Amino acid sequence: MDENVSYPFIDTSSFDLIVVGTGLPESVIASAASAAGKSVLHLDANPFYGSHFSSLPLDSFTSFLQSQQNIPQKEYSSSIENYSQSDCVVVGLESRCLYSNFEISSHVSPESLEPSRKFSLDISGPRVLFCADPAVDLLLKSGASHHIEFKSIDASFIYTGDGRLLAVPDSRAAIFKDRSLGLTEKNQLMRFFKLVQEHFESVAADGDRKEEKRRISEEDLESPFIEFLNKQRLPPKIKSIILYAIVMADCDQDHPEISENLVKTKDGIEKLALYHSSVGRLANASGAFIYPIYGQGELPQAFCRCAAVKGALYVLRMPVTALLLDKESSHYKGVRLASGQEMFFHHLVVDPSYVVPSSSILSLTVDLQQKSAHGSSLAVVKGKVARAICVTRGSVKPDLSNLLLVFPPRSLNSKQVKSIRALQLGSNLAVCPSGLFLLYLSTVCDDAIQGKESLHAAMDALFTPVSEDNDSTSVVSKDMEGQTKPSLLWSAMYIQEMAMGSSDTISFCCMPDGNLDYCDLLKSTVELFREMYPMEELFPQTTAEKIEDDGDSLD
Amino acid sequence: MHGRPRKPQKPVDDASIAKAAKLRVLQAQFFQNHHDKIYAKEALEISAKLLETNPEAYTAWNYRKLAVEHNLRSETDPDAIKAVLDEELRVVESALRRNFKCYGAWHHRKWVLNKGYSSVDHEFRLLDQFQKADSRNFHAWSYRRFVAALKNMSEEEELKYTTDMIETNFSNYSAWHNRSVLLSHLLKQKIEGFTPREKVLTEEYELVHQALFTDPDDQSGWFYHFWLLDQTVTPGAPVLVSSWPAHGSDLFVSFKGNLDGGVSSSFTSFCSDKGAFPLIIYFNQSVGGINSSTVTVKHLFDKNEDLIWVPLATNNSGNAQAWVTFLRFPDVKDDSLKAYPVEVKVGHSQCAFTVSLRSIDSKHGEGGSDMEMIVWKDDSFHASEPLLLSPPVVSLDQATTNKEPEQIDSRWHEETLANEIALFQELLSEINCKIGKLTLARLLRAHDKMIYKMPFADEKTHSKEVLDLFSDLMKLDPSHSRYYKDEHSLVLMEQVVSNRESLLTYCWKYGEAHPSYLCNPICLRLSKLSLSRIGSFENLLWVQMLDLSHNELWSIEGLEAMQLLSCLNLSNNKLRSFTALEPLKLLKSLKVLNISYNEIGAHSIDTSRYLFSSPLSHTVGDDWNIDAYVTDGVKMNYWEAAVIFKGLYLTQLDVVGNAIVDEKFNLFLTHILPSLVWLDGDRVY
Repeated sequence: MDENVSYPFIDTSSFDLIVVGTGLPESVIASAASAAGKSVLHLDANPFYGSHFSSLPLDSFTSFLQSQQNIPQKEYSSSIENYSQSDCVVVGLESRCLYSNFEISSHVSPESLEPSRKFSLDISGPRVLFCADPAVDLLLKSGASHHIEFKSIDASFIYTGDGRLLAVPDSRAAIFKDRSLGLTEKNQLMRFFKLVQEHFESVAADGDRKEEKRRISEEDLESPFIEFLNKQRLPPKIKSIILYAIVMADCDQDHPEISENLVKTKDGIEKLALYHSSVGRLANASGAFIYPIYGQGELPQAFCRCAAVKGALYVLRMPVTALLLDKESSHYKGVRLASGQEMFFHHLVVDPSYVVPSSSILSLTVDLQQKSAHGSSLAVVKGKVARAICVTRGSVKPDLSNLLLVFPPRSLNSKQVKSIRALQLGSNLAVCPSGLFLLYLSTVCDDAIQGKESLHAAMDALFTPVSEDNDSTSVVSKDMEGQTKPSLLWSAMYIQEMAMGSSDTISFCCMPDGNLDYCDLLKSTVELFREMYPMEELFPQTTAEKIEDDGDSLD
Repeated sequence: MHGRPRKPQKPVDDASIAKAAKLRVLQAQFFQNHHDKIYAKEALEISAKLLETNPEAYTAWNYRKLAVEHNLRSETDPDAIKAVLDEELRVVESALRRNFKCYGAWHHRKWVLNKGYSSVDHEFRLLDQFQKADSRNFHAWSYRRFVAALKNMSEEEELKYTTDMIETNFSNYSAWHNRSVLLSHLLKQKIEGFTPREKVLTEEYELVHQALFTDPDDQSGWFYHFWLLDQTVTPGAPVLVSSWPAHGSDLFVSFKGNLDGGVSSSFTSFCSDKGAFPLIIYFNQSVGGINSSTVTVKHLFDKNEDLIWVPLATNNSGNAQAWVTFLRFPDVKDDSLKAYPVEVKVGHSQCAFTVSLRSIDSKHGEGGSDMEMIVWKDDSFHASEPLLLSPPVVSLDQATTNKEPEQIDSRWHEETLANEIALFQELLSEINCKIGKLTLARLLRAHDKMIYKMPFADEKTHSKEVLDLFSDLMKLDPSHSRYYKDEHSLVLMEQVVSNRESLLTYCWKYGEAHPSYLCNPICLRLSKLSLSRIGSFENLLWVQMLDLSHNELWSIEGLEAMQLLSCLNLSNNKLRSFTALEPLKLLKSLKVLNISYNEIGAHSIDTSRYLFSSPLSHTVGDDWNIDAYVTDGVKMNYWEAAVIFKGLYLTQLDVVGNAIVDEKFNLFLTHILPSLVWLDGDRVY
């Protein structure tokens, strides 16, 4: 940050809630709190909205990830000072590094990717919204949908071991149209869909004895989904489609390394139901998924706008340097901003990349830290996700631009033990210049090398790199089977730690997870809000702005 | 739109009371205008307002038609005409927005469009909106056909549209239906890309399979499959399938008495006291226009032109599967045993047989008296003594019909059916699907019929499987069990009579002595088979004595083809009314009838009226005079019975055990049947 920045002065110094970081979870909390009538100060050190959920121009994207990687690993012990003026202890707030192994490979001259602002790259990609997922409900409920426009993802495909991309028969109409499934397979797949549908209908018609027998047994619900699929005698092809392209399982369900990785039937059918209720929910979305025009970064911004409308105060480019700990109550009660101003709060929510050094607190207020099990004020990191973003010329499916791809575990090679999901977006989403495409890839991984290897394998399967000598002459090249593969112009790859949210003396929001959607993320965010404000309704519906029919406001 | 339970009506609130009052005022104003023939602007506005609130006000649509006619009468400026008509379209559109299933509104729109002043393109845009709102709305679909015809749209394009709609959602009866309409037309015209027919149909089978296998519980695809099956098996030109006398048979005709015992097969002997014998021809489908110019009969004693062919059908269409004429023969006195050849030619089919005439000398005393009563008891019948010849089962074989046009595609037909059968057998092994089972049953029957036609087909038929399917369906789908039962009965009959061995086990010889009119004492006893319908008449034209007792018959449709029938036992069945006996009217040789222990008169409402193709009441001619049956001051309300019996010359009738029977009824019977000798086992004097 530029040392000479002149920070603005904030009139008010006390807020019900101070939120640091403008990622999606933080923005949802800020907007929900202001909708509930709380006074909110929302701060971000960056000059843009969205934090880890933002969409950035190509150059900013690169510099953001580079800056993130270069955060010096500090000893946290030094940052405590006594606050002489009052009864507070000042605890230094540090950033930590959640990104690593950042690499860029460009096959074209930098000029051919100009202008940089024509790109809008998601840091948390690939990511989409199910038309029926809680994120859409939240958008409608909060009114954030007024600030954002979506387009439908045209189709989704599953990669078969032999290098083909098959359309995922994800709905009744899709099964009907599909010509790669045999008649019996169609019947089996649709029958399974119906079985699940009937289960939920019967659950909905609770108490009706007649309905009971259509329900999936308790025992089956608790058993691994793969066993349930086997019990239905579904062929491998169908199982793979359901598990990886519909339920979006991460791990190989046939050969799980640990049983924890197995999706339970209960969760599997819930995902399936979500998928199905997504198809056809919104009038202008043909498939199950939608994507915001201008990128995922629009989502946190939309919530921030809602918060601002309700009176939240926004200050960007304003780092928070320290926390103020009340000596007596041993609760945090304020923050010190880079401007030197001190702001006070009842609740504090921070982005997961911040670290409050625990050892120092312990030394000072050992007896006051009973509440925390670990005694640390740090979001817990649980696993890594490898992400890549590619700029290509030409689509992987010539007649479609926005599409989803799934590489089931071990579909590329035996070392690929986790699913890889990819999302291709075209210029009609205003995320790249026309003629080019963006393709996001991600896979959860235990170690960085393995994750990156998998993503490289997927990219190799999809693209041909542009070689030096025939730089722009060949748009697409043909592989052995005569299929055309788009050419890869530029790619970036990085590993992101998946920091979970936690709420302790300070509430931490979570990092983008390894999923395709926001379901889990928003679930934990809503929980966080409930813990902070147990008496408040999340986005109460006011009579003045009643939400009309589903979808209408998303048109 | 579909499958949603009707919600209880909302309680009447003040708002709706006010609305109703307003509507009533509007309606009164409108009727006044209509009555006074006021077609001014203000008056039209009132009707428009009325229609926009209540599109079902049909009178208002008609009033507007009158108004348009009135206002256009003096108008010659095309712009002004267009303005008037555009206003009509606007009213229709807003009425449709209120209720897009309103017949009157759609009809009015067609009427306006037919004037030819309006843009058809706008109609397609409108249709897109309505078909988006409810893609199955058949009003919109039928209007679409109308507009497409008006615009001369290519049918290929409309077919493509149905494909799109089906791909969006294949549970769309209307789209499938429109597809069948368009395809029928395209196939008939042999449009480029729609030949050969077999290729197109194969593709359609493939398309509909996708729907059937994806969701077998959805019926719209199955209905389309029914249509396809129909397209596959519908015979081209009518073919003669059977006749009496049978092809290649040697008929013995005798006068006024019995034949010499043992000389000939009972199956090919006939007694006549009218100097003529019937010639019955039976086709594979209903045909019309059978007369001496379409059928040629070579017979020594008759000129072809003199023959009068009568359709054997109870409906008035003039079409029938069976036709009859009577061939005369001279009163031959000599016992020359000369066989006279007769040749019949219809289209590509022909048959030939010989007739030997025997003058009978009435001394043959072994024949019982004509006054003898037929007794339908088991001990009256003997397991058939060695029958000289087998009954003629499907009298016309391949040799007699010119098969050429059919053989070209018969291979495709058979392969298609076999393929369909295999597919659905596989599907049904996985799931339980009513309409799938019905389809499979129909496919198997179609297949059996087809291989039956093949020369030397020794493939096994599927009757057992079909019977099982129908039995299964009766249990699975009780609300339609009657239909399945009927189908089951027809298949069972087919199985019983389709081959000689089986048929022979149902043939019994009646008594030692039998009346002279019964020169063929072989009785076909199809009792206790729980039949609800009867069929396979093409194999039964020779039967003179038929026992159908102890079945579950509610109809005897088709029986009229059995012209030789003289004794018929229908006792202990489920016949509910005399309407159900209508075929008997055409059986002029019927002498003995047993309809005892049925349900005639037990049901106050005669539902069979609605089930038969021709309710009896339609057949009552001008000659009908109820007063003729007012006897002894008792006004009879037995007019249905009268219609059935007045043309018959029954000598024996059993009616006991029907609710209708009482003394009055019996009295009526003796009046209307003067020939009656035995009524319920009692001698009539």
